[in-house]
Amino acid sequence: MSSVQSFSGLWAYWLIIALMMVGLYIVIARDNLIKKVMGLNIFQAAAILFYVTMAKVDGGTAPIVQSGADHAGGHGGHDVLYSNPLPHVLMLTAIVVGVATTALALALAVRIHGDYRTAEEDEAVIYDMEHT
Amino acid sequence: MIEKIVVLEVVLPLLAAPVCVLVRHPRFCRLFSLGVVAVCFAIAVAVLLEVRGGGVISYQLGGWPPPLGIEHRVSTVNAYLLALVTAMALVVMSFDSRGGPPRVPEQRRHLYYAVFLLCISGLLGMTITGDAFNIFVFLEISSLSSYILVSLGGHRRAVLSAFYYLVMGTIGGVFFMLGVGLLYQVTGTLNLRDIAARLEPSLDDRGTVLALALLVVGISIKLAVFPLHHWLPNAYSFAPPKVSAFLAATATKVSFYLLAMVLFTIFGAPFVFEELRLQAVLLPLSILAMFLASGAAIFQTDLRRLLAYSSVAQIGYMTLGLSTANATGLAGGLVHLFNHAVMKGGLFLVVACLLYRVGSVHIDALAGIGRRMPLTSAALVIGGLSLIGVPGTVGFVSKWYLVSGVLERGWTAAAVLILLSSLLALVYVGKVVEVVYFRKPPETQPIDHVREAPFGMLAPTWVLAAAAVFFGLTTNWTYGVAKEAAELLLAGGI
Repeated sequence: MSSVQSFSGLWAYWLIIALMMVGLYIVIARDNLIKKVMGLNIFQAAAILFYVTMAKVDGGTAPIVQSGADHAGGHGGHDVLYSNPLPHVLMLTAIVVGVATTALALALAVRIHGDYRTAEEDEAVIYDMEHT
Repeated sequence: MIEKIVVLEVVLPLLAAPVCVLVRHPRFCRLFSLGVVAVCFAIAVAVLLEVRGGGVISYQLGGWPPPLGIEHRVSTVNAYLLALVTAMALVVMSFDSRGGPPRVPEQRRHLYYAVFLLCISGLLGMTITGDAFNIFVFLEISSLSSYILVSLGGHRRAVLSAFYYLVMGTIGGVFFMLGVGLLYQVTGTLNLRDIAARLEPSLDDRGTVLALALLVVGISIKLAVFPLHHWLPNAYSFAPPKVSAFLAATATKVSFYLLAMVLFTIFGAPFVFEELRLQAVLLPLSILAMFLASGAAIFQTDLRRLLAYSSVAQIGYMTLGLSTANATGLAGGLVHLFNHAVMKGGLFLVVACLLYRVGSVHIDALAGIGRRMPLTSAALVIGGLSLIGVPGTVGFVSKWYLVSGVLERGWTAAAVLILLSSLLALVYVGKVVEVVYFRKPPETQPIDHVREAPFGMLAPTWVLAAAAVFFGLTTNWTYGVAKEAAELLLAGGI
């Protein structure tokens, strides 16, 4: 397989990695705590998209078993091609984890703002140096 | 019978947490969570006795057989971890409630106990489960609750440290999740044993190598492997003292188990250590941790920060044992899990006693405390000697087997470096002991009012100090179990 083909066949993964790095960059480069939380969210969303992409089967339909559909066109029930439902189920849990993490991070940011009167990391560090 | 009760290890603390939230009575919640943890400890010991000698207990959740259903699977390796986590939880829980979070008023204490129980439940779940994605879920349960616990410390920096910990921990968690996803893509299963059976790791298979990389980096963040340790000194030095004691004794230990399980059981020692040669990275990082973190500990003026940096160095010893990939070295690393938990847990409880009576653990504030608080200071000395690795303490046992394992591998230089790094431990422990016993208290801050810590604090501290000596003299139980676990891991089992 040439590199062009492997790029075109795996474009979704390239996008996901790019999105992930965008998130990670925001976490590293931004001093504002809320922006850091946003970066973390983008980072997590990329991982969730990775699972969702992985679950897609070419030509597959939604994994819902319908008794009527089995006999359509004379095919047996086993011939219907479904997408893989398991990664989607896992991602429901991961989304819940992500929501909990975001909620906690925002709660901590509120507390930090209460103590330091700022939500900027660099200002908080300076504040700590001045008020030891 | 025993295979039925093993699931209670996770279920009991998980159900007890909401009970605490509903009952809202601080004294009841304290005794109730103590009771729950005691039951968990009893179960863990029963399970450990049951599986020693190669037994395995498997519990199928909801009656769905693995590999499709989620399985709780206990062998010597995780039974050892279960016993360690529950024992440390029991000791820390029994510590006087006055060592609790300073910023949480009495009428809100029930929430603190609930979060503590959730953290225990998450750590036990990570240890016990035989399902890769289940590990991620429990990892996040324990992480989220430990961020909350850290943020309850008295200083405003505690909240900022908890935020950093959250950012690092979440990145680690997502890396772990991606690694599990790639493994699922390669093997089509999430059951750990099933993954191990179907995976045929090779360097040409990029998906597998990437999965290994993501899992190792993700777990290393949680384990605070040098240079990913930055969150740890802040988190441990600003958390409430009881929380530092608990997290230092358990959270990194469970991450170490995860790392060992991923490397030996899932990918297998031949691939990781012969084909990929992971020790070429792990060994230098371990040695750097031993020296740089111990060096940083020497220059700390706050006892908690000093102990936290020392923890990073001790994690270096554990990963050093891991990178030898032979039975003696790995057993040395595993036995150091228990030994380090005992000594560092004990030392952080000493910090809690000192904070309660002196009000500060700045080195200068501790001058001459040895005369005012003789029992607390003696426990500090025992823990410190153990960190150095003096014969007769648990620290010596760990280093003995680590050095033997490293020599067995033919790494003479690494063995010399282990011994040299102990000298750095001697410096930072010596510094504290010198201040506590031989320096005169400053005129401006008289310490005449300082009294010995109350019994409720001294008893748990001394249980750990006594254990540090007892298990330094009798190694049948600790090293015996660790050796069996190491052999099981090297054979690729869990």
